[in-house]
Amino acid sequence: MASAALAHAPAHKHHTSTGLDSTKIAIWTFIGSECFFFASLISTYLIYKGRSLVGPFPHDPWTNPATGEVMKPILNIPVTSFSAFVLLMSSLTMVLAHSAVVRGDRKYSKIWLLSTIVLGATFLGMQAFEFTSFVHEGLGLTTNLFGSSFFVLTGFHGAHVAAGVLWLITLLFIDMKRGLGPRDAINVDVSALYWHFVDVVWIAIFALVYLIK
Amino acid sequence: MEHHGQLDADDQTHVGWKTYRWVALILLVLTIIEVWAYYLPGFPATRWFVPMILILGTIKFAIVVMFYMHLKYDFRLFRALFVGPLTVAIAILISLLFLFGKLAIHVTG
Repeated sequence: MASAALAHAPAHKHHTSTGLDSTKIAIWTFIGSECFFFASLISTYLIYKGRSLVGPFPHDPWTNPATGEVMKPILNIPVTSFSAFVLLMSSLTMVLAHSAVVRGDRKYSKIWLLSTIVLGATFLGMQAFEFTSFVHEGLGLTTNLFGSSFFVLTGFHGAHVAAGVLWLITLLFIDMKRGLGPRDAINVDVSALYWHFVDVVWIAIFALVYLIK
Repeated sequence: MEHHGQLDADDQTHVGWKTYRWVALILLVLTIIEVWAYYLPGFPATRWFVPMILILGTIKFAIVVMFYMHLKYDFRLFRALFVGPLTVAIAILISLLFLFGKLAIHVTG
């Protein structure tokens, strides 16, 4: 009886005095600390919003001092909306990957993990495109207050997405090598929680930085 | 797996494809409404635009946290570990906006 129970128990489950898994307590504590991190970056952006003395500006036209040409607002809402859609869909594929691992469905765990990686990489590619086009239009990290706070906020978010993609690649590698099953569900669950947190941070950034003028 | 009225965190298969699909659809529709409102001529300049975007963003945030992060079904400690710091972080953010004059209280009379 006891051996049967042990056979079904997750292989590396570390319980605490709360009776809960220590890995999940750790990731939720980490996510809680990340709330402070991103709140500080978002508040910095909002405080500096509208205080740039020179362009480019996010939502208003600006005059290029070198050419005297009137330039368009720099934010590209259609591209960013598509990025937001891609990241939201990656959250769907991530929960499906976790669900497949819990069921022990090795085929679909690979398919959904790979889909999440592709969607995450697409988001990063679109962010790289956005950053490159901004630099070409004259907005750098030190151009004005908008540039500094915008690149630091969205850059740190992009770094978190990149870390998430690397994490998922390692999980996919393990899945291909030996297969992820119900005993690995906690590991996939923890990576999924991180991934969804990165998604909710983007929901906040998309609304506060891109949409609100 | 029921445990003190809550579900075991390791067994979350009770939330299935149907729920996930609905959540994704709602998130997509809310995002479309946000972007549509942004492009609606004159609407971003009205007093309704910012509250609308904030409410829609908050709903999207809450839906992802509740259903994709399973916080609706998970243990109370996990909820406290997330909601506690999030509440303090939002309070600090709003306080800073007041402090630096981005949110003004207009006292008249």
